[in-house]
Amino acid sequence: MSIPAAALNEVLKHPGVWRQSTAVQHHVRALPTGLAELDALLPGGGWPCGALSEILFAFDGVGELSLLMPALAQLTRSGKRVVFVAPPYIPYAPALAAQGLDLRHVVQIESTLTQGAWSAEQCLRSGSCGAVLSWMQQADYTQLRRLQLAAESGDALAFLFRPARATAQPSPAALRLQLHADAGRVDVEILKCRGRLDSLRPTRLRCA
Amino acid sequence: MLWACLHFSDLPLRTVFEDSELGQPCAVIDGPQQRQRIVLVNQQAQRQGVRFDQPLASARALCANLQARARDRAAEDHLLRSLAAWAYRFSSHVALIGTDALLIEVGASLTLFGGWPALERRLRGELAQIGYTPMLAVAPVPAAARVLAACHDGFFVAQRTPMLGALGLMPIAGSGLEPEAISLLYNVGLRTLRDVFALPRPELARRIGPQALQSLDRLRGDEAEILPLYRPPDRFEHRIEFDHLIEAWPPLLFPLRRLCQELALFLAARDGGVQRCELVLEHEDHAATRIAIELLAPQREAKMLHELVRGQLERTTLEHAVRGIALIARDLPTLRPQHQDLFETKRAQALDWPELAERLRAHLGDASVRQLATAADHRPERAWRYAADSKPTIDTRLRPTWLLARSLPLRGPPPRVLAGPERIESGWWDGGDARRDYYIVLTREGQRAWAYLPAGAHDGWMLHGWFA
Repeated sequence: MSIPAAALNEVLKHPGVWRQSTAVQHHVRALPTGLAELDALLPGGGWPCGALSEILFAFDGVGELSLLMPALAQLTRSGKRVVFVAPPYIPYAPALAAQGLDLRHVVQIESTLTQGAWSAEQCLRSGSCGAVLSWMQQADYTQLRRLQLAAESGDALAFLFRPARATAQPSPAALRLQLHADAGRVDVEILKCRGRLDSLRPTRLRCA
Repeated sequence: MLWACLHFSDLPLRTVFEDSELGQPCAVIDGPQQRQRIVLVNQQAQRQGVRFDQPLASARALCANLQARARDRAAEDHLLRSLAAWAYRFSSHVALIGTDALLIEVGASLTLFGGWPALERRLRGELAQIGYTPMLAVAPVPAAARVLAACHDGFFVAQRTPMLGALGLMPIAGSGLEPEAISLLYNVGLRTLRDVFALPRPELARRIGPQALQSLDRLRGDEAEILPLYRPPDRFEHRIEFDHLIEAWPPLLFPLRRLCQELALFLAARDGGVQRCELVLEHEDHAATRIAIELLAPQREAKMLHELVRGQLERTTLEHAVRGIALIARDLPTLRPQHQDLFETKRAQALDWPELAERLRAHLGDASVRQLATAADHRPERAWRYAADSKPTIDTRLRPTWLLARSLPLRGPPPRVLAGPERIESGWWDGGDARRDYYIVLTREGQRAWAYLPAGAHDGWMLHGWFA
């Protein structure tokens, strides 16, 4: 018994049918990172919307913030608010402006360590923030889960910066990236990525 | 227009006597010390023969256990004003008449309240809750409503012709005319207003004078009356005193909720919002604790106000036991409500940015939510500031994304220089003199740092930022 080719194509185009060869999974909503190589590796082609993304790194100053800049610039230019919750240093306004961020939509929140998670959750849940960046040295699974749920309910991008030693910890985040700095170059390693079905693609990307 | 008159005939009694005292014969007296006369008595005293305008001595002779207190006109006025504030939620046209009556324009919003019977029930019901039973009448003319309320409680007339008929049956003693005019008309043999209305106008004018004639015209609605309308006060101040001392803040939350609800009602009546208010915690022997509450934008909603004030209260440590609390709001700007889409499907926990910012500020402190801006200065530490600014100065030179609040000595071996130097020399005129050579350097750990050396020096690296 033979199936006509045209009918098979119809069936394959159905969104419910997944084929391993399909390069991009369209069902993940994402915001482009601004790095074409990285976008190609991520499902949806960028930072997952309405989800928590973790960025793990060992030392400050390895380009952890620059990785977000193109996405943040795009958010602020479209009038969405970007919130820095308890950043470890001063987000330097001239550099942010030079990277294309509209400073009118950039907000910094000062808070103590314990209130940082609460503030981030409030911002995410409110639905009035485009992206919320927070820094946590210690975070347990429950806290991460709360952030993930808050990001979902507020449909915001949650970015959490954590020390590299947290890589071994389980995390409910949709995306986990680790930055490896080596002699002036930085590698981005995808530790975990929800919706990534193609195990053959590389997980490590060399950035300048 | 349709005017409802609420006549609180026992207002002087209620101002000087407690509700519980009114079971005994009570009287309000007025006049100079030697010749005090009865102004108002309650039923118990009336039954024993105490009458209006009686000298106090005669009244005491008739009724030995008569409680007599001097009239307090200021308190009466205050009470009437608070009743006017209550009435203001039913109409924007509220007028204080004399010392004991209110006029409310009800015609415009009669449909809103579901017709006069429903509104009357509501007015009487709400007043009964706070212990008032006014005489009430509705007429298309303010003066007529006033006169009718005094004798026909619950009278409703919407048209002028039946109103004139009803007025005609009124005895002239209760017509609200000047006393001289009343006694003159009475002596002539006239008994009701109908007799007076029937007289030819020139004759009447000659006998009772132009002023009484004007009063008659106003009663019939032939001449418009200008009413001084009630305006709600410009400030809100309510306090609650406790029977016992309160040592911790959680029990304060309940009375606080009531204060916030009152404030919200007050604001809704004024169509305003509150941006700055003060919570006062009164102590027994110490000066009151004052907690200032500053909001970014005017607010009106009771729930929101309660949450914000609560946030401030939670961050305050109570040093002494609290005797009473007060909420004071002086600055009441006009509120521009946010536009909401009729079909907007808002998520349950969604907050708009202003509300969110208020909530964060209430929990974290006033200066905790800030915006970043650039500043025109060459010194890196002064090239930024906390401000809401719309026009950034774009610097094309490479700058780090993190700036250290204070530069630190860069530890470890001399770093690898990636770029630089960039000489920054500025500020000799304002005391913040800076002469530095900035470099972009790479540390052993692979971090890109922004570090400087004092101008011309080769050692003494100072870390000032990270290219994060």
